[in-house]
Amino acid sequence: MPNRLRTVILISFLALLHLALLFAGFFAPYDFAQQHRDLPFAPPTRLHLVDAAGTWHAWPFVHSLRANVDGSDGYTEDVAQAYPLRLFVRGNAFQIVGPWTAHVHLFGVASPGQIFLFGTDDFGRDELSRMLFGGRISLFAGILGATAALSVGAFLGVLSGFYSGWTDAVIMRTSELFLALPWLYLLFAVRAILPLRVKTTDAFLLFIVVVGLVAWARPARLVRGIVLSARERHFALAARAMGASNFHVLRYHILPEIYVLLLTTAALLIPQFVLAEVTLSFLGLGVGEPIPTWGNLLIPMQKYSVLRSYWWLCLPAFALVLLFLAYHWASTTLQAALGEVRS
Amino acid sequence: MLRVTRRFVHALVLLLGVSAISFALLSAAPGNVFDELRLNPQISPEAVAALKAQFGVDLPWPTRYAHWLASVLRGEFGYSVSYRCRVGTLLWPRARNTLLLTALATILAWMIAVPWGIVEALHRGRWLDRLGGGITAILLAIPELVLVLLLLWLAARTRWFPTGGMFSLGSAELTISRKAWDLAQHLILPVLALALGTAPFLIRYVRSAISAVLDAPFLQSARGFGIGTARIVYRHALPAAANSLISLLGFSIGALLSTSLLIEVVLSWPGLGPLMLEAMLARDTCVVMAVVMLSAVFLVLGNLIADLLLYWSDPRIRAV
Repeated sequence: MPNRLRTVILISFLALLHLALLFAGFFAPYDFAQQHRDLPFAPPTRLHLVDAAGTWHAWPFVHSLRANVDGSDGYTEDVAQAYPLRLFVRGNAFQIVGPWTAHVHLFGVASPGQIFLFGTDDFGRDELSRMLFGGRISLFAGILGATAALSVGAFLGVLSGFYSGWTDAVIMRTSELFLALPWLYLLFAVRAILPLRVKTTDAFLLFIVVVGLVAWARPARLVRGIVLSARERHFALAARAMGASNFHVLRYHILPEIYVLLLTTAALLIPQFVLAEVTLSFLGLGVGEPIPTWGNLLIPMQKYSVLRSYWWLCLPAFALVLLFLAYHWASTTLQAALGEVRS
Repeated sequence: MLRVTRRFVHALVLLLGVSAISFALLSAAPGNVFDELRLNPQISPEAVAALKAQFGVDLPWPTRYAHWLASVLRGEFGYSVSYRCRVGTLLWPRARNTLLLTALATILAWMIAVPWGIVEALHRGRWLDRLGGGITAILLAIPELVLVLLLLWLAARTRWFPTGGMFSLGSAELTISRKAWDLAQHLILPVLALALGTAPFLIRYVRSAISAVLDAPFLQSARGFGIGTARIVYRHALPAAANSLISLLGFSIGALLSTSLLIEVVLSWPGLGPLMLEAMLARDTCVVMAVVMLSAVFLVLGNLIADLLLYWSDPRIRAV
């Protein structure tokens, strides 16, 4: 069944992406802040299979880079030295979760050699490592932001749909106020309240709080609609007639209806919030240097020199598009599956 | 008529609520322009206190909100502390620039989206529809920020069009026609970015609206009578789909002031976006407030216009 195959591909791609970003320290050959001051703006390191003498090798290797001898910009490869690519090498320590650290990286080369698969930036920091670590922050800001918005939205939506009357009126009128503001502006306005210069961890937490504050209105209205219709279903009425408590009706007859809605909404919200984080960091209002996020990695793309000469600094933009494609695909697949179940 | 009046009143109340919320939020913000002044050793604390008293920073927020509302009614929108002028004089030229950009982009996006959506709906399930669907899916996945950066990259590589600003240096001395040409060149990049960003969303909407109508029994029978495709689309399908298209138009109008923020910032277009960002960084509350409110007004206005248009065009709604 091709449909099933497509779903498997989609899920494995999403899983791979999330794992690569979650364990960024393992997949990245360097730390995000490690500088190679002698190698600013180094182009992506080439993997070779053929050496200078013309013989083939079974395993790829790299050459180290030297600044051009004639003094011009750019680098030439030093073909005298070859460093074979190695898997599971020991490198700098990185944090896995909390206090647990590890030393083993997925790939790397022996010490004097360097490997920058996506080139380096103006401080000679490895772009691939920065992309992986940056993606971790952006993606998890999106996921946690969506969780915050959905929990607040679901709570208020259930409250408003289940206990209609003035609770409903107050919550819905407030949500109208929040929907009457363009959401990027609202995000900015709420961001404007908070101190301008903040520590990166605080910026990350602030972002999640801000998103939860700003984006609850739409999920709340969706959830309210579902709860309103579920409340009047015959099984809910029957349970009530048999003397079931409010809690029982909510827990066993109404909440199961909203879980699927929350899942599909999450697939829509996560990319939106990743974009919000990217936008804030891009404008210098979110997470700042030296911690990378996909937002502040895009800042160099505004520079003319980068656009003309250092194309590899545009790669984070493509990573962003890839993530978005995957999530959009997931949300259409989910909605199609839901439609099949309903009909 | 009663309905229209009620709708107006509802919109006004909504805007008042929005302004009160934003004002309260912004007043809760720690820090203001004067905190930066206090750090300056050349300015005495007494001078800062005098300035604070002059601008009424220490008054309770309901009083300040009342002052602010009065100033909005005068068209001033408060006083910008960092620009040293009334916010209104700052706002209008910026709003005009933004509107010029977004109106052109919206028109372009609709001109792309309506024919494309109709063609997709007519060829539903066939390769043309799949190709179009694939292209819109990819365009939808490219965020506006990335889109404008990619266009910037293209412009920098090819040097076909200018990469930022609204006029070239020294354009003040040019003749009117030359100036218009200069402006047009500077408009290409932002308009293209904005139109490409909004078009895929419109295309999907148009496609689903038209294909829902094409399935209706009255159109099946019209096709059975041998009426040609062109007449079916223009005489029967479009009017039947008008209601959802009008709602979409209302949304487009509502978004006019707020969609281009990022593009303006990246391409240094002198619109509301950069103004808002600078004001935020300078803690210039009144300017932030004015920009947020102006965009909220447009959003509400867009819905209002859509409602009125629906009321005018659809007798069924009038009858209710």
